[in-house]
Amino acid sequence: MNAKPEKLVEMRGVKLKFADKVILDGVDFSVQKQEILVVMGLSGGGKSTLLGILMGLLKPSAGSVLFKEEDLTKLSRPKLNEARTHIGMVYQNAALVSSMNVRDNVGLPLTELSDKNDKEIDSIVDQKLDLVELKDAKNKLPSELSGGMQKRVGLARALALEPELVLFDEPTAGLDPINGKHIDDLIVQLRDKQKVTAIVVTHEMESAFAVATRMAFLHEGKIILEGTPEEFRHTDNPIVSKFLSAHADDKHAKE
Amino acid sequence: MVWMVRETASEITERIAKHRAPFRLEHFFYQTNRVGVGSVPMVILLSVFIGLTMALLTGYQLQRFGTVMLVPAIVSVSFTREMGPLFTGIVLASRIGAAYTAELGAMIAGGEVDAIEGMGIGAFRYLVTPRILAIFFLTPCLTVISVVSGIVGGMFISSLMLQISYGFFYDQVMTNLLVKDVMAGIVKSFLFGAIIGMIACYKGLSVKGGAVGVGVATTSSVVIAISTVIACDSFCNIVMVTFFP
Repeated sequence: MNAKPEKLVEMRGVKLKFADKVILDGVDFSVQKQEILVVMGLSGGGKSTLLGILMGLLKPSAGSVLFKEEDLTKLSRPKLNEARTHIGMVYQNAALVSSMNVRDNVGLPLTELSDKNDKEIDSIVDQKLDLVELKDAKNKLPSELSGGMQKRVGLARALALEPELVLFDEPTAGLDPINGKHIDDLIVQLRDKQKVTAIVVTHEMESAFAVATRMAFLHEGKIILEGTPEEFRHTDNPIVSKFLSAHADDKHAKE
Repeated sequence: MVWMVRETASEITERIAKHRAPFRLEHFFYQTNRVGVGSVPMVILLSVFIGLTMALLTGYQLQRFGTVMLVPAIVSVSFTREMGPLFTGIVLASRIGAAYTAELGAMIAGGEVDAIEGMGIGAFRYLVTPRILAIFFLTPCLTVISVVSGIVGGMFISSLMLQISYGFFYDQVMTNLLVKDVMAGIVKSFLFGAIIGMIACYKGLSVKGGAVGVGVATTSSVVIAISTVIACDSFCNIVMVTFFP
């Protein structure tokens, strides 16, 4: 008998308004353990906002956000901070602390939240930087790194506390194809080798299809389609089809 | 601002409940070095010149009435109670307050504060606490340096132009300066430090609109901090003169 897949994250009827503008209008989805859910949608459609809600940085106007069956929107600050240590996030602009070198950036969650000594922290930092192939950049400041390298350091930092869930906000946006592919490979590797669950927000089609085990399309504040990459390729949903074909046309034009 | 203080206090309580230090000592010492050591030359320079000018102008007025010997008492008491804390406050509001606001504002604009908060570290506790504590504890120290520098400036010009010897000046300072004058200056300077730190951090964490927003917040932080320090100084003087004459 097959075991029922375990839900790690679930959003139920999540709504968010800024003043009179509705950003999310009842978002429902769930993510099973070791899945990579790719959330796509038009720019400014609320994809990054969704991640902000999952991190507890934004509070939804309605609905619930369950992480390991606990509602993040109802947790007290200490419990929310505790939950956050199980979630890593890679930001669109990397969001590294600009005054700290790479070593200190990656080690920041460890120095602040764990009881590990400097030697142990150094060893974990080395291990994570090795994973993203940036061990040589340990003493550099973020300003001395390229955009792709900064994102990889951001990923190393997100992985420092061995999170169960990693959120990626446009991980390949603005990167050249080689760096973009490198990030995609890392996301897949994380799932395969470290059993990490991921939610990836992107509008880069190639990247989306390369990493996704499941996909969701966010449009006008709602998930209008959810399914496997294969189901997405053959969808007859007019908005999603238009989105995918626009990307295909763009790709052909570039070729 | 109440929101910032409440969140910071809540994060500190959370850390203490987990038997962890509320902030890293190395961050606190880094900030104290910046606030304190970094500000010493400017505080000394300004205070010497202000003390010197004050003694000179007071002396010339008092000479007309034959009471020039009151200069040491006037300079020392007014510098200890008023000028020292006030000028230190103004120097720190413009030098450190502006730096705090610009730094935190740039971190907000770059998403760094959200990233720290998202890791569960507690951005307020991590960023605000060492900064406010540093300026709170270092303002009185700088005030003492400012007072001594101002009196030395006054002593120097009195000897040079008002024919008051160093020995007489020193004796007069020691005779006329009371413990309550020193306490008044020190208490005010603690208050000014806390005001500047809180306004600067609050303005930095409330930045909206990227680089322009950082500029606007920094200007606003300095203007509000200086105005509040001056207003608070007047209020403290009224209270002290009324209740501790």
